Amino acid sequence: MATVSLSFSPLPAEVRTARLLAVVLARRSGLPEELLDEVRLAVGEACSRAVAVHARLRSAEHVEVAMTEDDRGYEITVSDVGDAAAVVSADLADFAADVDDEAADGQLPALPSGLDLAVVGGLVDDVTVSPGAAGGTIVRLRWQR
Amino acid sequence: MDLTLSTRTEGDATVVEVGGEIDVYTAPKLREQLIDLVSGGSYQLIVDMEGVEFLDSTGLGVLVGGLKRVRAHEGSLKLVCTQERILKIFRITGLTKVFPIHTSVADALSSAG
Repeated sequence: MATVSLSFSPLPAEVRTARLLAVVLARRSGLPEELLDEVRLAVGEACSRAVAVHARLRSAEHVEVAMTEDDRGYEITVSDVGDAAAVVSADLADFAADVDDEAADGQLPALPSGLDLAVVGGLVDDVTVSPGAAGGTIVRLRWQR
Repeated sequence: MDLTLSTRTEGDATVVEVGGEIDVYTAPKLREQLIDLVSGGSYQLIVDMEGVEFLDSTGLGVLVGGLKRVRAHEGSLKLVCTQERILKIFRITGLTKVFPIHTSVADALSSAG
């Protein structure tokens, strides 16, 4: 098992640093090429979400990302300082219903909050959100090789 | 790769050609561009995404915001995109039903609405 950790200031520009690194390591871990776009997008969404959480809380604490390769696959955790109990993942079925209503009444549905995590959930089969041992929230993404 | 934007007029429509990555870092630039166009009276927009290498939910938010703005003036915002990896995020979120998505600028120009 090998882990690479990245700790970054909660700035939008650093989200792409995390994305690039996550994809390099995913490729090296032997994930098939067709999954690399998913890794790129899912890690980007998880890190964008963390940066937004820190901005909302006016926290300059670093976002922590750990990328681990093991026998069976590749796992990424993204940790932020937000309250895990307050994490929202949009219900895309509800949103889809709103979109269908739009056809009838012409009113565009508002993008739901938690769209970032909903996209992650739509891409990655194995996603968990849990409280960190010392507070904060950990979003864990896992891909099987 | 950074975001690149260029605009041109084609008949009644304004084509915004977007290249590079639309993410939390670059989305504000696209938002400003769309706001500037609508403020300047361009309400028939075609966003050509064939050069886009990455799009996340922040980018989707900007496109939906643009659509709301042009609709307030009875305009339209059409997308040009044939890339599977970009189309996928529209499908996951159900936004394929909100945006008219075309395979070429010519196709977007010739379609009604």
